[in-house]
Amino acid sequence: MSLRRSLAAMILPDRQADRVVPPSGPTAWLTTFTAGAMTFLAVFALALSLASGRLADRWAGALAGTATIRIAAPADQMAVQTAAVLDILKTTPGIASARAMTDDEQRALLAPWFGPDLPIEALPIPRLVELTEATDGLDAEGLRQRLLAEAPGAVLDDHTRWQRPLAVAASRLNLLGTLSMALIAATMAAMITLAANASLAANAQVIKVLRLVGAQDDYIAAAFVRRFTLRALAGSAIGAVAGTIGIALLPPVDEAGGFLTGLGFTGAGWLLPLALPPIAAAVALLATRAAAFRKLRELT
Amino acid sequence: MIAFENVAYNYGGGELLSEVSIRLAPGSFHFLTGPSGAGKTTFLKLAYAELLPTAGHVTVFDRDVRSLTRDDVAMVRRRVGVVHQDVQFLDHLPLAANVALPLTVAGRDGHAQDLTDLLGWVGLGKLADALPASLSGGERQRGALARAIIMGPDVILADEPTGNLDWEMSLRLLTLLVELNKMGKTILIATHDLNLIRQAKSLVAARVLRIRNRRIQLAGADL
Repeated sequence: MSLRRSLAAMILPDRQADRVVPPSGPTAWLTTFTAGAMTFLAVFALALSLASGRLADRWAGALAGTATIRIAAPADQMAVQTAAVLDILKTTPGIASARAMTDDEQRALLAPWFGPDLPIEALPIPRLVELTEATDGLDAEGLRQRLLAEAPGAVLDDHTRWQRPLAVAASRLNLLGTLSMALIAATMAAMITLAANASLAANAQVIKVLRLVGAQDDYIAAAFVRRFTLRALAGSAIGAVAGTIGIALLPPVDEAGGFLTGLGFTGAGWLLPLALPPIAAAVALLATRAAAFRKLRELT
Repeated sequence: MIAFENVAYNYGGGELLSEVSIRLAPGSFHFLTGPSGAGKTTFLKLAYAELLPTAGHVTVFDRDVRSLTRDDVAMVRRRVGVVHQDVQFLDHLPLAANVALPLTVAGRDGHAQDLTDLLGWVGLGKLADALPASLSGGERQRGALARAIIMGPDVILADEPTGNLDWEMSLRLLTLLVELNKMGKTILIATHDLNLIRQAKSLVAARVLRIRNRRIQLAGADL
């Protein structure tokens, strides 16, 4: 029998065939519980994966398209150097806008570290020029060379050194979430395989009778596979609902909480946990099918 | 129908059957006798492809059992009804469902009246809804016979079918098997009950095979 026909036989309901295996066994709860618990964890792994993706986008979006020029010069040269830099920027392609930050803005930036009363005028603090890139992008290296030649105290910071580790961190978190889901699926498959093996062994006598009267392996396996698949589907549905409620009960997103309060779903993302029960059922079907055929060859 | 050609079987602890050559012709009636442990059950298991010979060839319905896939073996079992001494039923199903089990696994819908008639023929008409645990040894044996023949098999193999039965019940079961033979079924009964064999000879032209020293011989007038 082809794999497709075999799988179809295992999915389609067959009341007569389902009756030949005793209706309950000691492993009945194990599959449901395992699928439920694993899906509950999978909901959180999914939320982590989605949140890390959003975080990466947010970090990249906040820093992308902007750059800063830091001008270090003696106080009597600062205004001249700043004007020179702004002139350079006016003639540099790829720059949409540029402006020097005021003393008040720079004081506000330093306030978290030095307090609000910092005498910024009396300190040799570099002047910052904030620029926004045009959509066609900025030739950062070319600008650096021009600044070096025409305004030696000016240094371009295009945020690359900040963006890169953040992007890497977010990517790793995303990978961790995906890996967690794969591990959860593998663990669920292993647990269901154990449960299926135990059930098949407990029903060895039933299997022998069925083989004696002419039952093919597909028929016997299907009776077990359907049962385990339905148990996994039911357990997984419960786990998905519980996990989604758990996520919904997390504190709402706010700026102060940052990443931790952003661990949740947004918009259509709330529908994604609905995909987990069918996946769990598919994992159960394949795991039980493999276990059933292996055990059938051992038993008869 | 079923043929053994120089068949040997070795359990690992020595050879149990050796140089066995026999052919069960369609419509024939055979007894297989011999002391306990002589290899009667092994012979039957070789005949319905439960075991594979360690040497020689067993052919069932013109196919060497070594060439059969597991699905092929299942199909063979639908044409060979087997009755064991220790009748194996599915304990959670009533007798009627157990008897109809070969039809169920074959995906065939049996007519309820046919099933009722069959149960009536083996004397179990009133026990259709009984669970196997509530049946006596004789009732279980007759239930097993009904299950073995419900698919209309070409061959019926019975392994000590009267081992747990009293004489009256043994004769009743024997009569049923003789009737089946008269319907054209090939019958092979493994038994060490010589009285049963003698009784059968008055009812049907049966050949008696005996396992002695790992080989099968045609038994003579000493039976």
